[in-house]
Amino acid sequence: MYVAVKGGERAIENAHKLLAEKRRGNPDIPEIKTDQIREQLTLSVSRVMAEGSLYDPDLASLAIKQARGDLIEAVFLMRAYRTTLPRFGYSLPIDTGTMQISRRISATYKDLPGGQVLGPTFDYTHRLLDFTLTANGEEPLEAESSSEGVDNTMPRVLDDLLNHEGLIQQEERVSDESHEPVGDLTRQPLEFPADRDIRLQNLSRGDEGFILSLGYSTQRGYARNHAFVGEIRYGSVDVEIAPEELDFPIHLGEIDITECENVNQFKGSKTAPPQFTRGYGLTFGQNERKAIAMALVDRALRDKEMGEEVTSPAQDEEFVLSHSDNIEATGFVEHIKLPHYVDFQSELELVRKMRREQAEQHPQRAAE
Amino acid sequence: MNYQQTEIPDYNFAYLDEQTKRMIRRALLKAVAIPGYQVPFAGREMPMPYGWGTGGVQVTAAVIGPEDTLKVIDQGSDDTTNAVSIRKFFARTAGVETTEKTADADIIQTRHRIPEHPLREDQILVYQVPIPEPLRFLEPRETETRKMHALEEYGLMHVKLYEDIARHGHIATTYAYPALINDRYMMDPSPIPKFDNPKMDMMPALQLFGAGREKRIYALPPYTKVKSLDFEDHPFVIQSWEDVCGLCGAKDTFLDEVILDDQGNRMFVCSDSDHCNERQAKGHRGPQNRDDSLTEEVAL
Repeated sequence: MYVAVKGGERAIENAHKLLAEKRRGNPDIPEIKTDQIREQLTLSVSRVMAEGSLYDPDLASLAIKQARGDLIEAVFLMRAYRTTLPRFGYSLPIDTGTMQISRRISATYKDLPGGQVLGPTFDYTHRLLDFTLTANGEEPLEAESSSEGVDNTMPRVLDDLLNHEGLIQQEERVSDESHEPVGDLTRQPLEFPADRDIRLQNLSRGDEGFILSLGYSTQRGYARNHAFVGEIRYGSVDVEIAPEELDFPIHLGEIDITECENVNQFKGSKTAPPQFTRGYGLTFGQNERKAIAMALVDRALRDKEMGEEVTSPAQDEEFVLSHSDNIEATGFVEHIKLPHYVDFQSELELVRKMRREQAEQHPQRAAE
Repeated sequence: MNYQQTEIPDYNFAYLDEQTKRMIRRALLKAVAIPGYQVPFAGREMPMPYGWGTGGVQVTAAVIGPEDTLKVIDQGSDDTTNAVSIRKFFARTAGVETTEKTADADIIQTRHRIPEHPLREDQILVYQVPIPEPLRFLEPRETETRKMHALEEYGLMHVKLYEDIARHGHIATTYAYPALINDRYMMDPSPIPKFDNPKMDMMPALQLFGAGREKRIYALPPYTKVKSLDFEDHPFVIQSWEDVCGLCGAKDTFLDEVILDDQGNRMFVCSDSDHCNERQAKGHRGPQNRDDSLTEEVAL
């Protein structure tokens, strides 16, 4: 007799136990500590904080450990935790102009006030496996630091240098943010057309791979608009909050961020003289790839504002913003492994019916 | 009972904070006021993946109280893994009682089925919805489909159904079969088989639909007219089977096909496991369930 399949709480529990065992791996190997992840897998931590929309290196390290190194799963853990946190208020806008700079480069000028500060970068490394790391034979390293130090009030390339000649597009500034508060995707549903604040938030939280590919597509001719990296900055900025009861801001701490400002071509229009246009990218932690790609996509999404024709996926707001979130994407893509036998049964019935009808109409073809 | 007391002390009753629940309830009220209209809401990340019932879970969390009894089904069954997982989630975060009996439940969260047992006025049926927009596969853009709903411009769907008839001789949609609500909004009933569509019409229970990833909520208040789309010369018909349930012998339920071996042998069983068990408890037996001699049901 047929025994009903019990999906079963026990099966789920055992699967979870097995997962925990696999996560731990061979117990003879020492367990990885979350502070090791935080200190030595910093770029994973950056990505998980950025896409998880939560700046907390300790939690991100925990999420990476719990997710067995699956970064999207780790992002998911962060998001699900973040959503339960109460909102005490919104911080003041961070000022990247006063960043404690770890890295700052410009591709548009050979040298510039403040200088090119390379900082910790993979650029110019030769991608050769370093087998001394396998043997954990690395001597503690210490980089030499210049006696000059970095000028933390260095001018911004787009606002302070290019702007002198009026060659760069002016960004509209909202005069009073209490009347036009910045949008927040995590509190309001995404609706179209979306303003730039919402678009930028969406891109900043969006999947690195998706944003990277879209940015790449603009470089290969789908909404081609050649971009130069005007400036990339990576370092720490102060976060401040101004509670209503007080008339002065309170310093909450510092966060590490990467900012990228691109300079794009623009021919000008009947009303605007020819000038360069902007694309903007910003992420938590150190993630230049994401920040540059985000700036490319931001520029592509400004098509309507620039009076450009929408011809390519990267310019298509609905396409980009609806598909950038990897937690939404991974959930829906993977949900097709859930049982669908009721829907499938309906399709089975239909296909059988259609085949029967066809066999009746064309008995020969069916016999062949 | 202490309202805030749950088994996971760091989370609020039923996981969501009260602010979020209030936001969802406002969306639900609007949805009930405009039957079939998709209300955008600021869906939250839930601790289970998008596409796995986060919309339904948020709606349930917003309407459930500590005294309520919850039933969760997936594909009609209480035993499928995802139903077990969601039921456990509420047992853990809300400490509510759960049941597998349709008649004993105050709230029933479902994926892809409506229970066979008729629902009552004091019950709420919560659907998990993957794609709330019935026009989505005809028009991928949200900006366009919202306009089409506003203008009641549903010609595109009728053309699609007509093309089905022209090509196949009948409408080739078997689940997520679109319906017109209260003579106004076209609605996706979620991927329930069209077999279940008639149960939605004039149902005494409140029906709530939650789409978490797409961030939409919609509703059918009790006794709302639900008309499955059709043509005068091609009226809406539901699936029927030549077989009966192998376990309880039911002839009027939605049957799942169970493959028995690789020789093409199969049997059919009720997709609604609670309904099937109840019938068996009353002594009904199907053709594959004859090891004791109780009431014999018809075997075709």
